[in-house]
This record gives sequence, structure tokens and C-alpha cells, in this order.
Amino acid sequence: MLRKTRITLSAIFYLGITLLFLDFTGTLHTWLGWMAKIQFLPALLALNVGVVVALLILTLLCGRVYCSVICPLGVMQDIFAWFGKKAKKNRYTYSPEKKWLRVIMLVLFVASLLAGGGILAKLLAPYSAYGRIAGNLLAPVWQWGNNALAYVAERMDSYAFYETEVWVKSSVTLAIAAATLLLVGILAWRGGRTYCNTICPVGTLLGFVSRFSWLKPVIDTNKCIDCGLCTKNCKASCIDMKTHQIDYSRCVSCMDCIDKCKKGAISYCHKPASGNSGAQVAEEKVNTGRRTFLTTTAVVAASTAIKAQEKKVDGGLAAIKDKIAPERQTHLVPPGALSARNFAQHCTSCQLCVSVCPNGVLTPSTDLTRLMQPELTYERGYCRPECTKCSEVCPTGAIRPITREDKSSTQIGHAVWIKKNCIPLTDGQPCGNCARHCPTGAIQMVPSVEGDKRSPKIPVINAERCIGCGACEHLCPARPFSAIYVEGHQAHKEI
Amino acid sequence: MDRRSFLKIIGIAGTAALYGCKQKSSTGTSHSELGPVPTDKMTYRSFPTLGNDKVSILGYGCMRWPTIPHPEGKGDVIDQDAVNELVDYAIAHGVNYFDTAPVYVQGWSEKSTGIALKRHPRESYYIATKLSNFSNPTRENSLAMYRRSFEELQVDYIDYYLLHSLGGGGMANFRKRFVDNGMMDFLLEERKAGRIRRLGFSFHGSQDVFEELLALHEQYHWDFVQIQLNYVDWHIAKAKDLYEALVKRQIPGIIMEPLLGGRLSKLPDHIVGRLKQRSPESSVASWAFRFAGSPDMILTVLSGMTYMEHLQDNIRTYSPLVPLTEEEKEFLYDTAKLIKQYPTIPCNDCKYCMPCPYGIDIPAILLHYNKCVNEGSVPQSQQDENYRKARRAFLVGYDRSVPKLRQASHCIGCNQCRKHCPQRINIPQQLQRIDSFVEKLKQDTL
Repeated sequence: MLRKTRITLSAIFYLGITLLFLDFTGTLHTWLGWMAKIQFLPALLALNVGVVVALLILTLLCGRVYCSVICPLGVMQDIFAWFGKKAKKNRYTYSPEKKWLRVIMLVLFVASLLAGGGILAKLLAPYSAYGRIAGNLLAPVWQWGNNALAYVAERMDSYAFYETEVWVKSSVTLAIAAATLLLVGILAWRGGRTYCNTICPVGTLLGFVSRFSWLKPVIDTNKCIDCGLCTKNCKASCIDMKTHQIDYSRCVSCMDCIDKCKKGAISYCHKPASGNSGAQVAEEKVNTGRRTFLTTTAVVAASTAIKAQEKKVDGGLAAIKDKIAPERQTHLVPPGALSARNFAQHCTSCQLCVSVCPNGVLTPSTDLTRLMQPELTYERGYCRPECTKCSEVCPTGAIRPITREDKSSTQIGHAVWIKKNCIPLTDGQPCGNCARHCPTGAIQMVPSVEGDKRSPKIPVINAERCIGCGACEHLCPARPFSAIYVEGHQAHKEI
Repeated sequence: MDRRSFLKIIGIAGTAALYGCKQKSSTGTSHSELGPVPTDKMTYRSFPTLGNDKVSILGYGCMRWPTIPHPEGKGDVIDQDAVNELVDYAIAHGVNYFDTAPVYVQGWSEKSTGIALKRHPRESYYIATKLSNFSNPTRENSLAMYRRSFEELQVDYIDYYLLHSLGGGGMANFRKRFVDNGMMDFLLEERKAGRIRRLGFSFHGSQDVFEELLALHEQYHWDFVQIQLNYVDWHIAKAKDLYEALVKRQIPGIIMEPLLGGRLSKLPDHIVGRLKQRSPESSVASWAFRFAGSPDMILTVLSGMTYMEHLQDNIRTYSPLVPLTEEEKEFLYDTAKLIKQYPTIPCNDCKYCMPCPYGIDIPAILLHYNKCVNEGSVPQSQQDENYRKARRAFLVGYDRSVPKLRQASHCIGCNQCRKHCPQRINIPQQLQRIDSFVEKLKQDTL
């Protein structure tokens, strides 16, 4: 019964959180957004004291049910482990705690966090690791499915589904997600919760607390016949049959042992804490040094433009070159992030905002100092005035909730004109598309030659009114490099 | 199984079998109701000034040949197999006039039409093409274009040769393209030599320019003139005056845009209902074709038929043509007034404006807008009853019809398209209007 309850609850949480990453329409967040916000690390980073205290109390009462039910990476491992168990029954054995490895990992993690949210913290954070897997590996499959439905809907003249673009937002992040899935998947298949009990910083932290938890599985030595079924089915490898002791720092309260025990010798009840086992055996090091590799932007498909020779023919479409991102001195973070520093300190690179951004603006950075952290780039769209999706979903407080009105007056950067690309000067064509689309009216068109009203008009930017949304950069006809781009600001301000 | 359920199953099976038979026979009767497409009832027109020419009232416009995606993904190419099939079918059912131009379908129309027609005896059809020297009116380029048409069409004479699209730019433009470079004299010589059998022009412009051009009849002897005529333009765009000017001089007219690029078949539901109620068995398009073919001075009515179904429908309408009664004409003029109440943009999807140098798909945007106007998906304000539904239909449909990078938001207003539009649409203004409408929908500020 206890096990079934645990499985049901974990399935609900797992599906809910996964759907958050898959739902590109952003409608589910209204209902399920809290599931991301009660994740331990995001809540800690968001200084969400209520949630952190509640999770600690929960652990103190019931043990590490957080790891069994709420953490999506944990549940994902259980799924892999379930398949592992199908392949080979009773596959687990007891192994002593690798305490030093756990502590080192936790220390490294905390150090990385304190240093301003380094890459290590992002790699180890369990919820974020899962987010990257869901956002990079599951979301495309979901979207292709949606697009198939949209294809059918279009042919049935229905507007129920619309097509969404599937694209690799960052190949580095994709590779890291795939590597994480492979590593965690294999570990889970072979040894159950190995990751949670050796590497995961949240697991270690909660493990300190769960030693003293009020309710825990206890073996009744009077009933026990030393069959070892519990040990062989303990995915945390924490039941020592010889001493009838359970290492509660590693037990994730999955209730599998209780269910397995044919004699009913294990029960989930209160028992005073006892000394734990502390044997130390060195084992193979887990390779956490993940190498990053640089990516080159996709080669622009060169298609031949129609040549205007003797005649201008009717029809056809001119080739459009893909835009190439400008080199910004300061990168752009979304409105609500307050500043680049606040963002870096809180963001765990879970990619939830990247998954929901409907404008293709948020992409994971490939810069080594903030690898995988989202930043704004305007090649596929711009930060549209009506959208505040990323601020609604961010669980860590890296992007604080912001209203449409606040967003329209929050300056995240300012536009910069690049004379050599500007169409009125290069093609001799009147343009002004940047000025026409600027939501704050920060751009006006003036004659390029002072005193000559008929000279080609060029944009001038009132940087004080510019909010850095990128409408100008995205809609600039100059390709592949825009004639106007947004330079980021270290700290955002109200205009 | 008990006896009752056994009988039940037998009963169901029996009914299903009967139903299957009945369905078959019912589709059979519906086919015969429509009847086969007639092969020998086409109406033909002839005029004393055109000698023995006997031209089918349905003329094939070769501006909208079907296309398929390029095998290497570089845009679209003409589907030659489909063109051959359409041309064969048209000829077999009495169509004998084919109208093309060097610039149609990205410049491939003449070649494709030539390939399809080459498979039939030369005397079994009339071929019309044009001198489309808009962008470079030098004598050298115009001559090259003229000669190129013979090669592309694989012919040694052209039946009907047109000065392509006069009227825009007034008489000055006519003089620049045809008089100053000596092309007019050259073409008159060619007509004398028999390489051009009939010489005329196609017209998109105002009445006064038309009169001036017709005044040159004494000098050039226009064998025919091609004008835009349909029941919407008859009163509103003064197509009536153009036609009457032709009657006055007894010059046969050829009709283009009888259906306004399909706009007169894609009508709002209640107007479709109105036409259908009047004649439930006739297609909506057939009204427009009967209207265009009814005046006596009309030689042929051009239709750019992309699909076999359109070709078949038009052949039915014209085999034979039943001219409209005066009462029916009045009915259509009233219909025109109803159509005019819808603020559609008069784009006929001729694609003369394309390719836009900045990659915008102009006709696709305008057609999507028109479609939404006719379907009631262009809300006036958020208070509209169907605002949410209309908003979704407009925006989702917009992304489906036009890729994001080719949408109106990318129009810079360079105005290069404007001079190509025979309907004189202020394209950049319309695109920017649609764009700001889209912005209002997206931001919910309508």
C-alpha cells in the first residue's frame, strides 16, 4: 500500500514536471507551475524559505520521500532501474556508504554556488539536469508529435493545433543533456540510486536530515529470516543484512523492501536513531569533468538568387539569408532578471524558460563562463511586448515575476546602429522598419545628410527610451548581420 | 450464442450488405446527373476583321500553371506532366486559345506551354504571347525577348502578339517601350511578313489612356485588345466604358481576370448562398464566366486554370455558353455591391510583384487577409462576439500560410513592388496595415 502510494504520487509529479518542459503553449504552467517551484535547489536559490523549511520538515518526518516522489531525476532513475530489474531480478547488493565522495561533491557544489553559480553547480543540480534532458531530448519528440497533429488539423481546416518550430537551441547543452541521460541512466540501470547517494548534493544534504527522521523502515529481527530479499531489491543499496541495519542517510523511503518482505518483518514506523555504518571503500571515480566543445553556427544554406537579367520574371521567392548573432560586449538576460549577476547567481540552467519561450529568443549560452545559462538572442524573433512567460515559470528567482506593464519600461539593454549595414545607405532603399516596430518609440528616422532633407533617412536611437527588446534587430532587413543590434546592460533599470 | 443474438448479427450483416450496394448505385447516379464533360459543344467566336479565326470562348491563361517543389528544394518548378495533361484535355474539349508571356511563372511559362502544345498539330490551336519589356525597354533587349518567344514556344509564327500591359505610366511609357525604340514599326513589319498574325495589346489603366491608345487604331490597326472585365469591375472599375470603346471601333476584345484571380469564386458564405440559390447546379465561378462571355464583341475569356476541376467546370459553362439575360445581369450587379461591402484587397494573385527583393511573400499575405475577411476572421475589436476564435484563426492561419520570415512585419516599404501591380494596390501600405493589425491581435490591444 505504501509503495503503491509512493509510485502513484511520483508518477503524478514526474508527469507534471515533464509536461512543464514539453508544453510550449505555456498553458499548463498556471496549473502545474508550483511543481517546479517546490524543487529543493530552485527554492533555496529563490530564497523561498517556506518551501525549504517545509521540505526539511518533510524529510525529518518521513525520510527522503522528496527523492522518491518530488525529484524528477530521481523518478527517472527509478524508471531505468525498473527496466534493469526486469532484465535481472534481485540484482542489488548492500554496499557501504561512500561518505567522503558524497561530502566532497557537496563541498564542491556549495563552493561553486558561492563563487557565483559556476558550471559545476549547474551540472550537479538534479532538477536542472532533468530539465535539460526533458527540454532537449523529450521536447523535440513532443513537438514533432504536435506538428503531425497540426498537419492533420490544417488539412481539416481546424485551428486546434498550430505548428511549432523544432530546432537545436544549443548543441553544447544538447550534448550535455544526452551525456547526463546516458550516465545517470546506466548508473540507475546497474545500481539503482547510485547517483543520488554518491553525487547528488541534494541527496547528501537531505541525507544528513533523514538520519534523524521520525518515520523510517525498521527491520524486526524477530520476524526476519535473513532471506536477503530486501537487500537484493534495495535500489539505494542501504540495507545491511548482516547487522539488520538500514543506512537512513541513503534510504529514499521507496517502500520497496516493505513490499518485498514476505514475512512482514519490515515496517515504516518510528524508531530512535542508531549509529550508522561507516565503512569506506574507494570506488571508481565518477567522471564529472565534462568536456565542452565549441559549436559552429549552422552553415547558411546558400541558394541561388534569381538574377535580374533581361527581364524581371513574375513569381518566385527571393532567398533569405539566416541572421548571424552579433558579438555583444554584455550579454542580454530577460526582463525580471534584475541584473546579470543576480541572474547568474540564481539560475541553475534548468532550461524551463528556454522551453517555454514562444519567440525563440531564449537560448542556452555557449560561453564557457556561463555555459547553458539562458541569454537573449534575436535571430529567430524578439522579446515580444505581450510575453512574460519566462518570468512566470522560473523556479529559482533568476527571473522574477514581471508584469507586462513593468516589462515595457524595463531596460535590459539598448540598441546600437551599425552604419555599414544600413539598407538606406547600402541599397539606396527607404526603410525605417526598426523605427516602425519600436514599441517604445525610441527610434526616429532622420536624413543622413544634415540639412539635406532628401538624403536617405537613417535611424537614430534615443537610448534612454530603448528597452532592448530587439524588435529592431530582428526586423532589420540587413542580412546576415543586422544594421541595428542590442547591447546588453549589466543591471536592468526602469525608464 | 443464442438464437436471438444470432438473428441480430445476421440482420446487421444483411443491412450492411444492402447499404453497401445502395451506396454504390447512388454515387453512380450522381455522376450521371453531372454528366460527362462535353467535347463538341464549345462556343466559338469569329469576327470579319480576324479572317477565318474561330476562337473558343474559353481561352487558356498560362500564368498559373501547376508547380511542384524543386527536387533540390530550391523553390518550385512547373509540373510539366500536369501541364501536358491539362493542355491535352483542353484541346480535346474544344479549347484552342493559349495565352502566355515571357515573364509568367518565373519565366518558365512559354517553354512549358510550348512543350505541351508541340504535341498537337500547329493549326489546331492559337498561341498568344507578349512583349514584356518592362524592366529593359531597349530595342536590343526587346528584339531578344521577341525572338526568344519563338524559340521557347517552338513555333515559326505567333497567332496573337500583345504589347504587354499598357496603361500604367500612361502614353509616355508606351512611347518609351514601343515607339522610341522602333519596336512598333518592327512589329508591324513582322505582322506583314506573317510571323505575327494578329497584333494587339493588353491594358491595365485609366479610360483616357485607353482612348488615346485606341485613337492609334488608324495608324496601327489593332487586331484585338485585351482588357479586364467581370461583373464587379463592370460598373465599379468602369470596365463597361472600356468595352464600349471597343464596340465603337469594332475591335474584338479578349477578357482577362473574369474571376479576379479566383476572388469571385471564393466569396463569403451568404453570397455563395445567394448565387447557389438562384442556380443550385451551377458553380459560383460559372456566373462570372457567363458574364464575361456574354457581350458580343468578346473573342475569348481567359482563365488561368491550375486544376483539372476548374478546367472541367469552365468547359461545362461554355459548352455552349448560355448568355446572361438582362435580369440575370442586374442580379450580378447587385451581387457585386454586396461583395464590395467586404474590405478585401483587390489582389488577383498574378505574382507580378514577386519576387520581393526582401523575401516577402506578398500575394500569400494578401490572400490570407482576404480569406479571413470573407470568413469573418478579421475582428473589429475585442468586444466582438467571436474575437477569441477569430484571433486564433487569423494568427494560426497566418503562420500556416506565410513563413515568419516572409510575413508583413519584414516589409521595409521600399516600394519596388508597387509599379508591378496591375491592380494598382499600394502594396507596402497594405502590408503595413496588415502588420499593425497582426500586432494588435498579438498584443490584445485591438
